[in-house]
Amino acid sequence: MGQPPALEVVDLHKRFGALEVLKGISLTARDGEAISIIGSSGSGKSTFLRCVNLLEAPNQGTIRVAGEEMRLVRRRDGALAAADPRQIARMRAELGFVFQSFNLWPHMTILDNVVEAPIHVLGLPRRQAVERAEALLAKVGIADKRDRHPSELSGGQQQRAAIARTLAMEPKVILFDEPTSALDPEMVSEVLGVIRALAEEGRTMLLVTHEMRFARNVSSRVVFLHEGRIEEEGTPDQVFDNPSSARCRQFMASHQ
Amino acid sequence: MNFEVIVENLPKLLDGALLTVELVVFSSLAGLALAFPLALARCSPRPWLRAGPWAYIFFFRGTPLLVQLFLVYYGLSQFEAVRASIFWPILRDAWWCALITMALHTAAYIAEILRGAIQAVPRGEIEAAHSLGMGVWQAQRRIVLPRAVRIALPAYSNEVILMLKGSALASTITLLELTGTARTVIARTYMPIEIFLAAGVLYLLISFALVQVFRLLERRLGTYAC
Repeated sequence: MGQPPALEVVDLHKRFGALEVLKGISLTARDGEAISIIGSSGSGKSTFLRCVNLLEAPNQGTIRVAGEEMRLVRRRDGALAAADPRQIARMRAELGFVFQSFNLWPHMTILDNVVEAPIHVLGLPRRQAVERAEALLAKVGIADKRDRHPSELSGGQQQRAAIARTLAMEPKVILFDEPTSALDPEMVSEVLGVIRALAEEGRTMLLVTHEMRFARNVSSRVVFLHEGRIEEEGTPDQVFDNPSSARCRQFMASHQ
Repeated sequence: MNFEVIVENLPKLLDGALLTVELVVFSSLAGLALAFPLALARCSPRPWLRAGPWAYIFFFRGTPLLVQLFLVYYGLSQFEAVRASIFWPILRDAWWCALITMALHTAAYIAEILRGAIQAVPRGEIEAAHSLGMGVWQAQRRIVLPRAVRIALPAYSNEVILMLKGSALASTITLLELTGTARTVIARTYMPIEIFLAAGVLYLLISFALVQVFRLLERRLGTYAC
């Protein structure tokens, strides 16, 4: 037996009223794996990602991060919620989340955005948090923006700042929820460059994306979601060139 | 136009203006402090926690400030229990009555302003806080409230200006603030135009000063960036 996988999701279900969006998804990400999740809109990709760190309440399923199982209780409406607020807070900190719309805090400078959680969640001394933040901002190429406010940055710069903010927590797994979908075309590549560098560093990540070529190039594994189920799963070459499911073939044909 | 009478009575009017400023500043600050718990309770998912502030806001927004002043100043003193209580030295004082009533009154409005602002904080920014490991309270304290304060600031400044003019009602409970002083002076001089004009100018100056303070505050907090 080796180490437990970085992230393990077992039989995840999610319903919105009568509509079942996720119909039992199981996915395991081992250390260092970059898994792309693709599929047409409405296939449940983003919902799946949001359920993994409980931004959305799943109806059924098990989530483990580095072997630790998220303790869940059933709410009155039938969905699952965190049983222990402390545990979920800690586990969320281990699961970095990068949003489509960045969600930086507009009233803080970029540096303050990045040091906020390390100081107030991890309890890092400010000096150390600032050092870490500066290194990360340099890494994503916006060290000169540290004292600007988010509204003064371009979309691509904001997303890179948001990635730095997530990295500052040193998460075990990073969840990217369509990180380039809100960006102008010319800014997409600067963000993809950062994500690629993270994948090459051996970060464990789940990436929901519409950038097919990118998914193919960076990921160690690709998962194709269709109507709330995993329809196809395998290496990029397998899923892109030789899918066994007809739906996946169809999807690939329309996305080449 | 008799300017002499204005100059002659200016010190009195300035005294009154000072009292007006005191009333507005203190009641606005006390109202703000009171509004935070009210607004937070109003946003609570628990119905029993929302009920109290709802009733409070319903009452204080639904009745005129003048009626509230009368109720506190003339009404409370009807009760022997109040007169015998340790609060009597405060509640028999018109200044305190005006201050308390204005604070309670404006708190209801500020609470609603704050509630709107809290609910206007974009969902995604709160999710970002949660996703980084902040608990519900920590996210409220570190992200939601600082954001809400900036969103609420322009509306709050508006409320303070409204209270400046509402403070004129304090003259009805014997308080010699700016309007009360003006009326006493007029009763002696029979020169309503001159004195009310002077009082009006003083009100304008006070509200101008308040607007400047809020502009500074807005720039300081960087509401432009939101």
